[in-house]
Amino acid sequence: MRSLRWKIAARALTLLATVLLGGLLSATLVRLAPGFDTDERVLDPHLNAASVQALQNARHRNDNIFYFYCSYLDRAAHGDLGTSVSLGQPVRVLLRERLPLTVRLVGIGLGLSWIFTSMLALVAAWLRLSIYDTITTIVSGGLLCLPAAVLALLSVLWNVPGSIAIALIVFPHTYRYAFNLLMKIYSRPHILAARARGLSEARILLCHVVPVVIPQMLALAGVSVSIAIGAAIPVEALCGLPGVGALAWQAALARDLPLLVNVTILVTLVTLLVNSSADVIGSMFRGQEA
Amino acid sequence: MKIRNCNSGEIAALQSAVAVTVISLGMMVGLAAAQGGQLRFCLHNEPKTFNPLQVDDDAAAAIRYLTGGVLIRLNRQTQQLEPELAESWKISKDGREISFKLRSGIVFSDGTPFTAEDVAYTMQELMDPALHSPTGDSFRSGTGKVEARVISPTQISIRFPAEVAGLDRMFDQVSILSQNSPKKEMAVLGPFMVADYKPGASVLLQRNPNYWKKDEQGRRLPYLDSILLNIQPDRDVEMLQFKRGELDLINTLDSEYFDKLAATSPQVVHDAGPSLDSEQLWFNEVSRAPIAAYKKDWFRSAEFRRAISEAINREDLSRIVYRGHAQPAMGPFSPANKFWFNATLKPPVYSPDEALKALAAEGFRLENGALKDKSGNIVEFSIITNAGNKARERMAVLIQDDLQKIGIHVNVVTLDFPSLIERMTQSFDYDAVILGLTNVDLDPNEEMNVWLSSSGNHQWNPQQKTPETVWEAEIDRLMRVQASSNDPKKRKAAFDRVQEIVVEEQPFIFLINKNALSAVSVRVHGAAPVILSPQTFWNAERLAVSGN
Amino acid sequence: MRLGRILSLAVLALVLGASIAANWLAPAGYAKQYREATDAPPSAAHWLGTDELGRDRFARVLYGTRISLLLAPAAALLSTLLAALIGGLAGYLGGVWSRIAMAVTDLFLSLPWLFLLITVRALMPLDVSPFVSVLVTFLLLGLLGWTTAARVLCASAASVRNSDYVRQARAAGTSGQRLFWVHVVPNLKPVLHAQFWISIPVFILSEANLGILGLGVAEPMPSWGSLLKELESLVSVGAEPWKFVPLVLLVLVVTSFQVLLSRQEDAAA
Repeated sequence: MRSLRWKIAARALTLLATVLLGGLLSATLVRLAPGFDTDERVLDPHLNAASVQALQNARHRNDNIFYFYCSYLDRAAHGDLGTSVSLGQPVRVLLRERLPLTVRLVGIGLGLSWIFTSMLALVAAWLRLSIYDTITTIVSGGLLCLPAAVLALLSVLWNVPGSIAIALIVFPHTYRYAFNLLMKIYSRPHILAARARGLSEARILLCHVVPVVIPQMLALAGVSVSIAIGAAIPVEALCGLPGVGALAWQAALARDLPLLVNVTILVTLVTLLVNSSADVIGSMFRGQEA
Repeated sequence: MKIRNCNSGEIAALQSAVAVTVISLGMMVGLAAAQGGQLRFCLHNEPKTFNPLQVDDDAAAAIRYLTGGVLIRLNRQTQQLEPELAESWKISKDGREISFKLRSGIVFSDGTPFTAEDVAYTMQELMDPALHSPTGDSFRSGTGKVEARVISPTQISIRFPAEVAGLDRMFDQVSILSQNSPKKEMAVLGPFMVADYKPGASVLLQRNPNYWKKDEQGRRLPYLDSILLNIQPDRDVEMLQFKRGELDLINTLDSEYFDKLAATSPQVVHDAGPSLDSEQLWFNEVSRAPIAAYKKDWFRSAEFRRAISEAINREDLSRIVYRGHAQPAMGPFSPANKFWFNATLKPPVYSPDEALKALAAEGFRLENGALKDKSGNIVEFSIITNAGNKARERMAVLIQDDLQKIGIHVNVVTLDFPSLIERMTQSFDYDAVILGLTNVDLDPNEEMNVWLSSSGNHQWNPQQKTPETVWEAEIDRLMRVQASSNDPKKRKAAFDRVQEIVVEEQPFIFLINKNALSAVSVRVHGAAPVILSPQTFWNAERLAVSGN
Repeated sequence: MRLGRILSLAVLALVLGASIAANWLAPAGYAKQYREATDAPPSAAHWLGTDELGRDRFARVLYGTRISLLLAPAAALLSTLLAALIGGLAGYLGGVWSRIAMAVTDLFLSLPWLFLLITVRALMPLDVSPFVSVLVTFLLLGLLGWTTAARVLCASAASVRNSDYVRQARAAGTSGQRLFWVHVVPNLKPVLHAQFWISIPVFILSEANLGILGLGVAEPMPSWGSLLKELESLVSVGAEPWKFVPLVLLVLVVTSFQVLLSRQEDAAA
């Protein structure tokens, strides 16, 4: 019992450390990139020297990244996530306004893509028809070769919800893995033997395939969350959906440090939570299998 | 702020019946019938502020134009100043003081009365040095305070520490705030008011029920019930939505889209002719720039810059990149700026042979297809421009090809905007840039900081302690002459000379002036697109939309 | 299905051959601007029409193939190897190693790498040769693109490590290295193949997207990525189906790769 508690504590600590490190690293990356202390507005010929100087001074305030990060953490501990440089609004308000949309968009998109992935891959494994494989390869290959922006634009053109675009962007990334993994398992001798003995497909799937394939599928599912979050950026931007993805893109272009650090920390947190859960559940299955 | 959906079903039904007979040639023709409706178009970025004094981006400027009440308005069509909240105004002989006689009986959108106190308050806020307002900065002519003296509730005079040229037209940008309204800057005097803002998605403007203006038939303006501004940075999506009828107008249209739209529905596209906007190429002439010394020698040589200018085929730039919807640029001001443009300037000639001859006179020579300077350095440089601007990228590639003909190898590099700004304004680590200059106003004072050698916006060699060249010193002098006079003739003569010097010296190699292209749905009545911003909705108070 | 294999090989050979023979096949160089025939539809002179600057699209497809078809698979291979090394070893070793490797992977998945790329561009001189720029771009893509596969590989390797036959082999005294290479790696093949296959088009497109940072193929040089980006102006593409040719070609190539890979898998099984 004590060891379990210890394990949970260790995991939580690793998680926290990684999230904090993620925030610091992202802040450093933003700080090092050129254009960090520039402001588009300095090009406005109306502004006089004093105003241009004031704009630049405002940017230089975050020059020392360690100082920035420590004071950010201090304020974050008191519930203040800072103020966006480019939008002039509290980051907390921005995130609260936009997070629900992104969660819904990414959630539905991921769900759909996993329904497509698992169904198509299972059918492929059952049928083992090379013509079916070729068709799914061409379809998933075609989707992979289309720029994400094109898929997003198509969804605007055909008035399809943005989540479908996300599903279509994520699907080819997961399908090939799922297909290959299932094919490999279905070609194992014991499954071929079980089939020969006339075991029902459902039984084979539940008793012989799922336990073996689940840890890997879960790992894939965990990573697909990151892919979907990445896909949310062009989809939100083009479909006019005011979510966190569009916000992050805006923040990146404006080198909006406070906003970017918060978004990165949020994304790191989600990535870690999802992937760690996938690990834990996966290892439970492995334990069972062993 | 809460959204209230404005349903004008009855009016709409009436409109669609009448719409067919409405001819949208003049603003006043048949408009009595076409009242109401919602106008929808796109803002291309998030408005950064609703405070009219702090406006510094296109989206916020559009909202300021639609909601703000100003003392004097520049009529975008006639290019003349017109009285708005001020019935009349007068500038003192020394050019330092302006007195306004205000209209009486006007109230803000929330019912607060409008008086001279509000004007004084607005000027005080605007000139607050801590605000760093671009509009405020344009008024700052010398050190000292701006004093507003309220004479009566309808009379005010404002005194500046030094003479301000073109003083009255600057008030076109000053939206009057209310001193007493509890709604602060959300209480407005313009035709519309902000009713709802969905960050990242849209801004809804509703008609200001207290707007003071009436049309010739005595109807209250504006005709529209509301304006829905979608925040949509992507031009493709904007075009799709316009084609589907989800938008009523596109304010600045790409030439590519213009032609595509013109092919299917010629009645919706408008080419108002050359605008004030220019695109230009310039070389890095900064003495402390971290680039090779021999490159600096080329870039600082007027002969070299003139030769480059001569080797660029501007006709092709406008024909291919802008599909004919642009004109080769002659100098700093577009011919569209009727008063200030120097009509004696000669159009640029395209002649690679002449360019080569001029270069040869300077010691450059062509060897195996590559141009070399007199020390034997191969002439090669890079042009940077901002990524995502297709027109600039294409111009850069055409110029690359043009210059290859005189043996110059050009690298085209696109950079994201912050990186580009850093190179241009801080590290000066670049050879040449292609960027554009957007002019909102016609007056050369608008460009003061571009031409003064001490200014940070003197892009080719900013912040010079003393002018590094004779011609820059002369431009400085002439710009100060025109800025310190209210005599139009004197000002014009000075700025004409500035234009000549710029064409001689080519610090900016002006490439083209874009035409003002726009699209307006046939459901919009009263539209008359012009070249001055905001091209399509400058007369928003007299626009009407049928059938939505 | 030998036919599929032969067809795939033929497609790849044809595309590769055509790109090598571009100098002879194309009517002009990829940079030649026919300024009087911009944005032209296909004709006898320009089989796939011309682009907005009047450059022959067929020539651009052929020359673009050289860069994209050589460098994208190379970068894909690099990312696959990295994934195998990091994910495979982490899963196989388990315990603390696995935890550290996966924490690093998660960080890689969530950091804004865009800024690293912007910094890399700033560190390179503006007049860097197009080839170096492309090489650096694909190298970066290869170095950053291994994360998805690593996570799945880690799970696969962990499963193999816990499986009965590996335990038996270990009990029988098989050395760790031998166990890894003989028993673990072959089981990772499906994942490695998937990673390799997915990475090719993804990297080709990423290269074009990095163009906005001034990385990747510089004008006037073409790449498949920049040709595919033409599709993004959808409003115009609908009426000009020939602009889909690069897409069709890429799908063909990618499918051929997949057919070859899957046949190899079948053979292994």
